[in-house]
Amino acid sequence: MNYSKQEYSDYSNKKSPDSPLLKDVLFAFLIGGAICTIGQGVSDVYEVIFRLDSESVKTATSITMVFLGALLTGLNVYHKIAKYAGAGTIVPITGFANAITSPAMEFRREGWILGLAAKMFVVAGPVIVYGISASIVLGLFYYLVQVL
Amino acid sequence: MNKKSGNQTITFKEPVSILSCASVAGKKEGEGPLSKYFDKIMSDAEWGEETWEKTESKMQKTALSRAVEKAKVDLKDIDFLFAGDLLNQCTSSTFAFRGFGVPFLGVYGACSTMAETLGLASSMIDGGFAQKTAAVTSSHFCTAERQYRFPLEYGGQRPPTAQWTVTGSGAVVLGKSGGQGPFVTHFTAGKIVDAGISDANNMGAAMAPAAAETLVAHFKDTERTPDFYDLILTGDLGKIGKSIAIDLCGEQGFDLAPCYKDCGLMVFDLQKQDVHSGGSGCGCGAITLCGYVMDCFRAGKLKNVLFVGTGALLSPTSSMQGESIPCVAHAVALSANRE
Repeated sequence: MNYSKQEYSDYSNKKSPDSPLLKDVLFAFLIGGAICTIGQGVSDVYEVIFRLDSESVKTATSITMVFLGALLTGLNVYHKIAKYAGAGTIVPITGFANAITSPAMEFRREGWILGLAAKMFVVAGPVIVYGISASIVLGLFYYLVQVL
Repeated sequence: MNKKSGNQTITFKEPVSILSCASVAGKKEGEGPLSKYFDKIMSDAEWGEETWEKTESKMQKTALSRAVEKAKVDLKDIDFLFAGDLLNQCTSSTFAFRGFGVPFLGVYGACSTMAETLGLASSMIDGGFAQKTAAVTSSHFCTAERQYRFPLEYGGQRPPTAQWTVTGSGAVVLGKSGGQGPFVTHFTAGKIVDAGISDANNMGAAMAPAAAETLVAHFKDTERTPDFYDLILTGDLGKIGKSIAIDLCGEQGFDLAPCYKDCGLMVFDLQKQDVHSGGSGCGCGAITLCGYVMDCFRAGKLKNVLFVGTGALLSPTSSMQGESIPCVAHAVALSANRE
């Protein structure tokens, strides 16, 4: 082959079709938006019908949406929606539930401890690690701003 | 007597006979264009087993048992068995044949395994070390996904360059040049080629240079041109890889286009089956060869075929460490005639 690695990379990129960006973004917006609208509906139900205080509404809504995400994952439905939605199903909290539930289901066969429990965080683990790290850094920054 | 032609090709002086072939295909593959050529189509991904790994072993067992039965030979007549797959430590193969009592030689060539085992098993016979040998390989969508990518239920999107691992297993039983054939006449062992691609979702582009390198080497070593063959068949380059292989061989003066197909584009219907750039995996080439190609030979529709297994030699660890993907391709020439 008479190509340098760079030349081949450029050539193969030209040959490889790009993801359909506009379609992906549109579906992510519509389905992600629909999930958030459902979340808002759930939140309204807790607030208006169950008359929970605002902190409890947030908690109860999160719990409900995580449950729904996990349920749809278990029913073999979530990843089929995600195929079209992309970031629209990853970004809401239901995506987090999917990231935890899917490896838990898959690695159940390797046992309850080293399979299910250990592998449960294989996808979501980095989100937790960097999520917490970022909140600590921002918290310190916020503290310093207040002190100064 | 020197049996080596050129730099990397073995010419079998007494062409080795393919006594029988058998293929086991997954459900999705069984709904594809080649469905009528498979010996067995699985009802679902589990096929009555507790784990997908066990299923994949069962596929290999079934394929070899069926091939042995079709060849009307006994398992104990197989002198050496060459087998491999995609899983860590090649457990699909080793676990499949632990009860078979046949001398076993494990092979790892990633998705080039069908061509590699076929070439090695033929060499054993031509070298006079064996009367009968067998070559087996498999891949399973679910076992490969969980080893190389994400859990099946995880909601991710695949880019258009991604390929779909074929669930399938193929087995070939070989013997000294008796029988109806077809016959294995040449084996070109490929060199490892790394073109610098590190995107594991673009295997076609990674493997195409290795395929082109082996094809060109085969043509030079055998002094043949692509038009000698009715069919040149690569294992799993998919849409993008196939187009690159045509370009790369064309640049070296070998026009593949008239007789060239890729198994990854034959196993699935790309319009209807949502597999993006096509099929991949050891099983992709294996079931196409053991199903479709053998059927065409028997029906007299094919005279000379060059089968090129293409393998991406990456591991989940090497991908995570940002390594580019070394690839290899092995070519096996098949002929309907003994001469």
